[in-house]
Amino acid sequence: MTSTTETPARRAMRLKEELAKWTFLAPALLFLVLFFGYPIVKNVMMSVQEYTTRTFYTGEAPWVGFDNYIAVVSSSVFGTAMLNTLLFTVGSIAGQFTIGLALAVFFKKRFPLNGVMRSLMLLPWLLPMIVSSAIWKWMLDKDSGIINEILGVVGVDAVPWLTSTNVALAAVVIVNIWLGIPFNMTILYSGLQDIPDELYEAAALDGAVGWRAFRSITWPLLRPVVSVVLILGVVYTLKVLDIILGLTDGGPANATVTLATQSYKLSFANFEFGQGAALGNILVIISLVFAVVYLRVSHAEKED
Amino acid sequence: MSTSSRNLLNRRHALRGAALAALALPLAACGSGSGGSSDETTSLTVLDYYADDPDNGIFQSALEAAAQKVGVTIKREAVNGTGLIQKVLQMISSRTLPDLLMLDNPDLQQIAATGALVPLTSLGFSADGFIDGFVGAGTYGDELYAMGPCANTLGLYYDQDALSQAGLEVPTTWDELKAAAQALTTGDRYGIAFCAKASYEGSWQFLPFFWSAGADETDIATQEAAGALQLWVDLVNNGWASQGVLNWSQIEVGEQFTSRKAAMVIDGPWLTTTFENSDVNWAVAEIPVPRAGDTSVSPLGGEMWTIPETGDPTRQAKAMELLTVLLSDDSILELNTTRYTIPTKEAVDADYVAALAQMEPLVTAVNNGRSRTAQLGEGWPKTAEALYNAIQSALTGQAQPLAALETAKADFLS
Repeated sequence: MTSTTETPARRAMRLKEELAKWTFLAPALLFLVLFFGYPIVKNVMMSVQEYTTRTFYTGEAPWVGFDNYIAVVSSSVFGTAMLNTLLFTVGSIAGQFTIGLALAVFFKKRFPLNGVMRSLMLLPWLLPMIVSSAIWKWMLDKDSGIINEILGVVGVDAVPWLTSTNVALAAVVIVNIWLGIPFNMTILYSGLQDIPDELYEAAALDGAVGWRAFRSITWPLLRPVVSVVLILGVVYTLKVLDIILGLTDGGPANATVTLATQSYKLSFANFEFGQGAALGNILVIISLVFAVVYLRVSHAEKED
Repeated sequence: MSTSSRNLLNRRHALRGAALAALALPLAACGSGSGGSSDETTSLTVLDYYADDPDNGIFQSALEAAAQKVGVTIKREAVNGTGLIQKVLQMISSRTLPDLLMLDNPDLQQIAATGALVPLTSLGFSADGFIDGFVGAGTYGDELYAMGPCANTLGLYYDQDALSQAGLEVPTTWDELKAAAQALTTGDRYGIAFCAKASYEGSWQFLPFFWSAGADETDIATQEAAGALQLWVDLVNNGWASQGVLNWSQIEVGEQFTSRKAAMVIDGPWLTTTFENSDVNWAVAEIPVPRAGDTSVSPLGGEMWTIPETGDPTRQAKAMELLTVLLSDDSILELNTTRYTIPTKEAVDADYVAALAQMEPLVTAVNNGRSRTAQLGEGWPKTAEALYNAIQSALTGQAQPLAALETAKADFLS
């Protein structure tokens, strides 16, 4: 039944159906254009304008081409921010994912207080970022922080967590891992729930238990969930701002500055809105690359 | 029905109408407040960042009292410190600025530059009697856009008991400061703490040392500036100040003082209430100078009030009346004695010191104080960024002070 044999009546029906489809889609499209399209277009425009505090009143912002991008990329902070963003993202994701997965597998076993413990694990997720960062900053204090007190008991010298250029980035990553574990654990745990128990029973009869069962059953069946967790994790981690500002303000000596914190500082501390937007766009493009990779991967998986 | 009864009915109608009109009148006046001009202003909107107590309560009642004097009511909104500037910019673009707006003084230039503020002088305000530094901070171009009742600055707060136990005088020079910091450093207590954070707070704390050494914000990479930075490096490298200074906010520096982890701290009058409530026997002095006989030059802090361009001259005039009451001698004395901040009018100083003798060194510091934006205006944030980058670089040992300042100058100011 091809369209050439379609009667006019059928065609009218189809048209009506199409129309109905778009009518249902319209609110969602409008929403997307309004709340996602407009800000993105505005941000792109801002990044090629000389946008100052004056612009807010007069609306005048002269076009400057790629000047803002050139200024941002040639700034001495850019290289450091790029490298730190990479290290921060890779470090955070690696930690959050491995610990999250380990915990998810652990909680899959049935044992008393399982539910209670699992809810407690969600705590970092429920706390406002600003509270978490304030408490961690206090715990990581070199002289009187609880972490160094504990390390002191086992004979480790006080670690300058947030004040040494060598350690600060690692400290910030550790805190971000702690924050990210609940998300990873929850999503991976629900993925594990979808794997039928019979598979494990059958595998056990063949002698595949423990690590072998994980590699041959859990991991392959969890793959789709894993890619979602990782891609979302990357996009989410790239834009982490409050936790770094709260812990170190990008210091000491730019040791923890990232593209996100630098973009924030440019816009809201220095009033360089054009440059802030330019850096923000660079960050968006990096996120987009990961989103595209994700779409490709999930597409390829479907074809398999 | 007789004619008289009909008349009565009409009269009743008329009365009811009048009563309704009387009820509607104040409503109408309120309604017009947000838009066009009105002959009578009965309510003014106010925006500030005194969101936390005690300041929140103090300003609420001060503003209410002033409003009552000029015959209006106020609708006040207080947002958190860092949120204010973003809210103001958003209000500027949507033309919804309040009648009376408070700004932190270093931000005044940026907001005045937008053209969204009315020069106070055009509303008949005179800055006579207010201290020069504060007038400078409120001036953009050649016009005065802002004035406030309370100034602050930085001082050296010290634990009197610790000093007397160590047999020390209050340090007045850098050498004495280093000697005192060394002598006061004991097992779990550092001699001194200050804020060298990677933010404007760090730059602000560095200014008294930077300026008193003869350095100038128009060129940050000079021998004088390097000398001031060397002092901070010495204090940290010798272990008389914790490495934590790289990361502590001024509030956290205050906590070091009240929890007896630092015997002396560089901090401002806004923390005096906290110190007063702690069990530390505190006193405050001017920040030490490079050599005996030098003048201590401190940065002026404090918030300033502005009148935005709302397009309604009668409301602006009313807002000016209210601000004038807030800036009267009585109000200035009252606000500063309750907040431990420093009067912005020298005429009030005598009464203030009579009430709070221990604050006298900071009164002197404010009267000799300098505003951060006087020389650079809108250019100050960039220089502040360069300064805290240099400070962090020198304190972490990445570069010698002069080299750190030169790099920061090249990176941020060229």
